[in-house]
Amino acid sequence: MTLNRRDFLKISGAGAAAAALGGCATTAGGARPHVVVVGAGFGGATCAKYLRQWGPNIDVTLIEPNDKFISCPISNWVIGGLKKMDDITHGYDNLPRHGIKMVKDSVVAIDTQKRTVTTRGGSTIGYDRLVIAPGIELMTDTIKGYKDAEAAGKVVHAWKAGAQTALLRKQLEAMPDGGTYLLAIPGTPYRCPPGPYERISLVANYLSKAKPKSKIIVLDSNADIVSKKPLFMDAWTTKYAGMIDYRPSNAVTAVDGAKMTVSTDFDDIKADVLNVVPRQRAGDLCALAGVRDKNANWCTVNFATFESAHVPNVHVIGDSVQSGLPKSGHMATNQAKVCAAAIVEILAGRQPDPIPVIANTCYSATSDSTSGYVANVYRYDPAKKEYVNQPEGGATAKGDELNFTYNESWAKNIWANVLG
Amino acid sequence: MPRITAPYALAGFIGLALSGLAGAADIHTKTIAATCMTCHGPGGKSQGAIPSIAGLNKDYFVKQMKDFKSGARPGTIMKRHAAGYTDAEYEALGAYFASLK
Repeated sequence: MTLNRRDFLKISGAGAAAAALGGCATTAGGARPHVVVVGAGFGGATCAKYLRQWGPNIDVTLIEPNDKFISCPISNWVIGGLKKMDDITHGYDNLPRHGIKMVKDSVVAIDTQKRTVTTRGGSTIGYDRLVIAPGIELMTDTIKGYKDAEAAGKVVHAWKAGAQTALLRKQLEAMPDGGTYLLAIPGTPYRCPPGPYERISLVANYLSKAKPKSKIIVLDSNADIVSKKPLFMDAWTTKYAGMIDYRPSNAVTAVDGAKMTVSTDFDDIKADVLNVVPRQRAGDLCALAGVRDKNANWCTVNFATFESAHVPNVHVIGDSVQSGLPKSGHMATNQAKVCAAAIVEILAGRQPDPIPVIANTCYSATSDSTSGYVANVYRYDPAKKEYVNQPEGGATAKGDELNFTYNESWAKNIWANVLG
Repeated sequence: MPRITAPYALAGFIGLALSGLAGAADIHTKTIAATCMTCHGPGGKSQGAIPSIAGLNKDYFVKQMKDFKSGARPGTIMKRHAAGYTDAEYEALGAYFASLK
């Protein structure tokens, strides 16, 4: 039997003894444990920061291919013309100050036996614990014609903030008054449950002022509005009456970029701006590590530690996790904190918190001056092996100015949490 | 993962009662406090309309949480959060945030 660090800790139960585990192939000298975090979004960057804060004896390497962090939360505000791309784009400059080693590269291979990751640039990096936070993969191949239309710039999802966010804004600005904006919503689970409905609200806010003869067609794969229904229905009926044609249980099966149409099981629909959001699954990095569930789209984890149910020493956080928890940036940062705390305890030979508690808070704007929220506290139940939604959680029924100011403040504070 | 034993869980709760300083706070309290900071800012220092909670008097903190939960203090989002935590957690979080400058 080969004794790995984890088994050793189980037997010895002593961090000091673990420090004497010389010759461990995965750490330089074996004295300091090494955690590799892949993906510097809300989950990954937060996890790296808190690992260093709570485990100053731990070496942390954070691998991320992008130069900048572009926030999905508030990206609908860019699409609606309330903010600019610069407002949601932030640098990673502060992270090395926490002692995090940043590596600008992509991971192309993961060997969970040898406990190494290999990057496109050719580096092989060993780990004691690996944290994977890749976010979502958009399943564009589930919609006929999508890839070609996307490559031609005729359809966008803008469901990962970036170039498509800016492109969608440009397309809305170029659309004539009297034009049609079409948003297609994937079936659950998808990233940011209220996101599509906030986007509709902020596009409606823009069009009602700039191009009031325009229409919005919403094709929702789901049977009803998935999140904050009273909040959005109130805004749509009082602020944007007659502009939004909402069609539930309408899934897009094909896109034709040349004709600017989408197809459902019922009909073909033409629009001037096509915003089709495909179904989603855990990032492909999860498949590379063998932590994505077989014949399924997400990753099952132990919720007290976020360690994979399939592969030891590999943790998964954020949107890629299989759970009843909402796939939000806020939830990803809080999962990251529970995961970081658990890894610090495990590497020190202690037992992690058996009953972690995490909260979700999510604001959505309904216009350029009003927002509402949903908030829930989830407490881990070791007997049920799931997070239990605590009483009184829920959403506001109506947007208002006060919550709009909190919405803006929330964004500044979460960005400071992740990147500051 | 190692099986969590009852004595360990009990020790965690005792830790809640004993922890007075941020540096000495148990992992359960530190993790919850860190989730509060997602909205209230790193170290409990907020930018913008959401209030800062660093350095609040512990008794004041605990009373606000209880009043949010009961509805005695009107608010927006805090009733929903306050209802999710125990009185022991209010006390531990109050001690933690009081210790932050």
